[in-house]
Amino acid sequence: MAGDPIIQLRRVTKVYGDGPTAFQALKGVDLDIAAGDFVAVMGPSGSGKSTTMNILGCLDVPSGGEFRFRGVHVETLGRDQRALLRRKYLGFVFQGFNLLARTTALENVELPLLYRGDPKKERREAALAALDKVGLKQWWDHTPAELSGGQQQRVAIARAIVTSPDVLLADEPTGNLDSERSVEIMQLLTSLNRDSGITVLMVTHEPDMAAFARTVIHFKDGLVERIERAHHQGEAVA
Amino acid sequence: MFGTTFLLAVRSIFRHKLRSFLTTLGIIIGVAAVVAMVTLGQATTKAAQAQVASLGTNILQIRPGQGFGRGGGGPRPPDFKQEDVDAIAEQVAGVTAVAPQAQSTGTVIYQGANWSTTINGTTNAFFQVQPWPLVSGRVFNRQEEQAGKAVCIIGNTIRTNLFRGGEAVGERMRVNGISCDIIGVLSTRGQGGFGDQDDVVIMPIKQVQRRFTGNRDIRLMLVGVDPAYDGQQVQASISQVLRERRSITGGKEDDFNIFDTAQISATLTGITTLLTQIVTAVAAISLVVGGIGIMNIMLVSVTERTREIGIRLAIGAVASEVLMQFLMEAVVLSCLGGLVGLAVAQLVVLGLAPLMQVPFLFVPQINVIAFLISALIGIVFGYFPARRAASLNPIDALRHE
Ligand SMILES: Nc1ncnc2c1ncn2[C@@H]1O[C@H](COP(=O)(O)OP(=O)(O)OP(=O)(O)O)[C@@H](O)[C@H]1O
Ligand SMILES: [Mg+2]
Repeated sequence: MAGDPIIQLRRVTKVYGDGPTAFQALKGVDLDIAAGDFVAVMGPSGSGKSTTMNILGCLDVPSGGEFRFRGVHVETLGRDQRALLRRKYLGFVFQGFNLLARTTALENVELPLLYRGDPKKERREAALAALDKVGLKQWWDHTPAELSGGQQQRVAIARAIVTSPDVLLADEPTGNLDSERSVEIMQLLTSLNRDSGITVLMVTHEPDMAAFARTVIHFKDGLVERIERAHHQGEAVA
Repeated sequence: MFGTTFLLAVRSIFRHKLRSFLTTLGIIIGVAAVVAMVTLGQATTKAAQAQVASLGTNILQIRPGQGFGRGGGGPRPPDFKQEDVDAIAEQVAGVTAVAPQAQSTGTVIYQGANWSTTINGTTNAFFQVQPWPLVSGRVFNRQEEQAGKAVCIIGNTIRTNLFRGGEAVGERMRVNGISCDIIGVLSTRGQGGFGDQDDVVIMPIKQVQRRFTGNRDIRLMLVGVDPAYDGQQVQASISQVLRERRSITGGKEDDFNIFDTAQISATLTGITTLLTQIVTAVAAISLVVGGIGIMNIMLVSVTERTREIGIRLAIGAVASEVLMQFLMEAVVLSCLGGLVGLAVAQLVVLGLAPLMQVPFLFVPQINVIAFLISALIGIVFGYFPARRAASLNPIDALRHE
């Protein structure tokens, strides 16, 4: 996995609010993430993990510094241009699943393709393939209310990968799941990373989950404290 | 993008059926009210006009006295005589016929069945002044008319009640105790604002005067006017002839009045049009209230759907697509509501028209207008909540609990 890093942060700062109540959540983050990496982000609560993920996901813009994604200076882009970046290159998995209610798994997974303007038949096929990858093909017509937490998160992952994104961002994807379900999700992310070459960035509090990653970034007080290159079974096999 | 947002809007509407129904209820009621009111108003106008037309157009009614709401006091002005009738018929250009009328009420009896009705004494001119064809039999002959024979032409109501709808011509019935040959049956004119016009017995005026009223007075003259002549001119000439005959000179006011049926028609149309406008204004208010209802529910649902909007934005929807979706939802909802409202309106008209004794009408213009207004309301009241939804920051929207 040589070549330029897909994500580059330089002296990135983020300030919430203004005046006396202003709070500096990021204090100059420098970070390079190589394409194809599997990264876990750890750190104490309030250390700026989610803030960083939101910036990396082009959902938010830094207050200062540079963010280059595939060489593009994201900090200079407008709302709609960032939306188009998300549509094309990014997939999101949230702690709270965030599926559309009263909407079948298939339609949830189809949604990003709808915005991309894919024709109906291709949408169907891609969505079913994505559901197949997360092992839920036969559950396609179930609404979130009819699915367990682990299944909902797998639908959310299917929705995130249906567009074949470059980067999958997951903020505490196992935060609402028991350890057995969590391991399943981790195995799924690992295989997506290994088989489809998707760069995975994941925030987690649990060392057991972080152990699945190849790189672990530790945050503290709005700064990157240290970066660990782990040596575990996953990599040993490769 | 249009197709996508349309699909999303339709999905969203059908996924939340109760919410959608409540949103459109105002529009349904508003559109139904406006369309039903306007349609029924027009039907009423039409029925009124038809009724006036059945009296005959280009007919002047001349009565002694100063007409509605005037005069009072003083001795009663004299009724007309046959000489007045002849004078108008002979001297005024543009008069096609003059029918005198002497009225009385009476009881008609046939084979033990009896019926109270109006007895109308006139001449054959009556049938020249206005078109009122017979369904069977004939009008008076010259001899019957001049001698005032005991013959009669009956209205449809009499035939129904005394003869059970069977053949009446050639039968003999008693009118206030006088034996009378039925020579004709009138076609039906129907029920209406002027009472049952078919509840009448028409006899030669001389017979009515001799046997029932006991004098030679004529209370009413019906004058047919040739449409080729100027109605005002004809009225003025008649007025002049009558003033001379009644010795009214100088600045003294007429002691008779000439009433033009065209005038009644215009007055009636004016009244029903005004009523229709008032009712329509009330209905239009309910349409606006319906629009505000849409806006309210859209605003509430934006708050409810903040997370959904966050999800859509996060997975790559552009703000304008979210805007379009909400706008589209509003438009589709209000158009659907408009269509349902139109259907309800037709049902209301269908149900009420017979009760109001007016014909069933379908007025294309008002249906189109009401539908367009409901779509417009959707766009206007859908725009503001839609813009609010689209301007949300995806992270704030996602964090929304
Ligand atoms: N929208 C906001 N407005 C103001 N302050 C914010 C906002 N979002 C985050 N913060 C603050 O910024 C700091 C970093 O928040 P962030 O969500 O990045 O932490 P985190 O590392 O993800 O924590 P956790 O592990 O609890 O999720 C926190 O102190 C938080 O209170
Ligand atoms: Mg966080």
